[in-house]
Amino acid sequence: MNSIGIDAGSTAVKLAIYDGKEFDLRIRPTGWSPKETVSKMLEDIENEKYIVTTGYGRMSIANYDKRVTEITCHGKGANYLREQTRTIIDIGGQDSKIIRVNNKGQVIDFLMNDKCAAGTGKFLEMTCHLLEKDIRDLDEFVNSTNPANINAMCAVFAESEIISLLASGERLEDIAAGVIDSIVKRTLSLIGRVGFDEDIFFSGGLSRSKVIRKCFENTLKKKIHTHKHSQFTGAIGAALIGYEVMLKED
Amino acid sequence: MNSLNKIVEKFEDAKRNSVVDLKRKKENGKKIVGTFCAFTPKEIIIAADAIPVSLCGMKNEPISAAEQHLPRNLCPLIKSSYGHAITDTCPYFYFSDLLVGETTCDGKKKMYEYLNNIKEIHVMQLPQTLDRESSLSYWQEEMKLLAEKLEERFNVEITQEKLIDAIRLCNKERLVMQKLFGLGMNQPPLISGYNMLKVIQGIGYQELSDDYLTYLEELIDVLAVNNQKVDNAKRILITGCPLGADTEKVVRIVEQSGGAVVAYENCTGLKAKMELVKESSDPYHALAKKYLNIGCPCISPNKKRFKMIEELIYEYNIDGVIDVILQSCHPYSVETYGLKEFTLKECQTPYISVETDYSSSDLGQLMTRIGAFIEML
Repeated sequence: MNSIGIDAGSTAVKLAIYDGKEFDLRIRPTGWSPKETVSKMLEDIENEKYIVTTGYGRMSIANYDKRVTEITCHGKGANYLREQTRTIIDIGGQDSKIIRVNNKGQVIDFLMNDKCAAGTGKFLEMTCHLLEKDIRDLDEFVNSTNPANINAMCAVFAESEIISLLASGERLEDIAAGVIDSIVKRTLSLIGRVGFDEDIFFSGGLSRSKVIRKCFENTLKKKIHTHKHSQFTGAIGAALIGYEVMLKED
Repeated sequence: MNSLNKIVEKFEDAKRNSVVDLKRKKENGKKIVGTFCAFTPKEIIIAADAIPVSLCGMKNEPISAAEQHLPRNLCPLIKSSYGHAITDTCPYFYFSDLLVGETTCDGKKKMYEYLNNIKEIHVMQLPQTLDRESSLSYWQEEMKLLAEKLEERFNVEITQEKLIDAIRLCNKERLVMQKLFGLGMNQPPLISGYNMLKVIQGIGYQELSDDYLTYLEELIDVLAVNNQKVDNAKRILITGCPLGADTEKVVRIVEQSGGAVVAYENCTGLKAKMELVKESSDPYHALAKKYLNIGCPCISPNKKRFKMIEELIYEYNIDGVIDVILQSCHPYSVETYGLKEFTLKECQTPYISVETDYSSSDLGQLMTRIGAFIEML
């Protein structure tokens, strides 16, 4: 029997299938219906399974055994990917969060951004759209030593600020670097409120970007760790939680 | 339907029936005084032969109307109260002969200036600290000014005897409320936090009398027997801004996520119900003393609130504290940092503050924050 963790995020659905030894990881864009996307991703899995859902879309998935919030799952998942982790910076499509965990990956404290897009992946996605760049190429085109100053905290106001910057002839890479700067600063204000212990693990979709990670390291003056599967942190955590329940029930 | 739901429904009916009851009493010449806040000394209003009623301010609907006059980034409680008034959608406001408010937070006292254009409001000047001796005498003077206002406005005399009797009656109500809140002390609690909120809301609109309080006490006894045990739930203390109607969502989410709200520290809950008014020969002094010692963040410093939370954590065996902040309520919002430090360090109890408003747009965020908090406990 497999334990399946499903992290239905606002941008992508991540799936982690765990047999007690290894993980099979899958990802797909969420699209308009997390429910449909998930059932397509589960189509070829015939074995008996225990499903734990997490992420903002967790409530819309009908086929589940347990629902757990992404905070708890990230704690568990980060502990698996990097055992020394004590603080997690997670920047997803529609929210960013700071999670403090103990040596077992249990959450001690956490803080999430306000209900607005400032400091989230959406903000960066919108910027890339304005700059006519693909967010996946971020590391290639952002190579700026002179980031533009983006003052607006609100994504909607920032959009008009970016348009003005473009009109005044500011370089694309400087603008993008400025936006990354502002996301990092926004996240650091969350860290300031909840505090942090080393070591720090960066998860979520944006953690794949070296540029963003460097920006965090330069501002925080600390080493920021990540993992090639950091985008799956929540799904892995969910699968691990499910696996523990399965063992208990046996 | 089980008997518990029937009893809870009785309280809900009571709120509906209160409108008819008030109308009848008003037609028979009774005066009605609309109030907003736990700082209002109800005793003086009762001693003036009038009925104090809490005014509406918990619904989202009238907020857009209020925003024609008030700024958007103002707390929803203030906007809703004002919105109900200008759209004439609060029956209690409609019946009121006079309103009584207090200078608690900045938003409220400025809103009262506009409210006065619609219906006369007597604003009591509340001192903002307990650290000055003059606060008490100043507040006592305000008590007397309110009495004079009511006497002149309603052409009555507030005698010492009437005042002492009103103090006795309101103290009795506080004891009944303490008994109700005590249901949450049991392990597991004898009532869900959601039903508790329904009951509280049913009570606040009735004219107080000894008979009514006896009836209430009997109902509470029945509630205790017909309890719905909430097993294995994490025991949650709710503090922060007042809750009801469109903010019931917070309590519902807590109880859907494996928590049980066993105590409310806020002003709809125990905040002003724990301490009685001393039944003495100097009623104005006793009233001033009680009504100054309410743990509201508009008082600075606000040691009383912290102390009460600490006591409730031990008495109710609390697993986690949820501080509910209404958007743009600065006094409560600023206090979250200090309260978090206090509950974590002094009480060794996990704490989370959640910000919300009267809309349903943040249900997802609330579910994640509150859900994760309860998973953490």
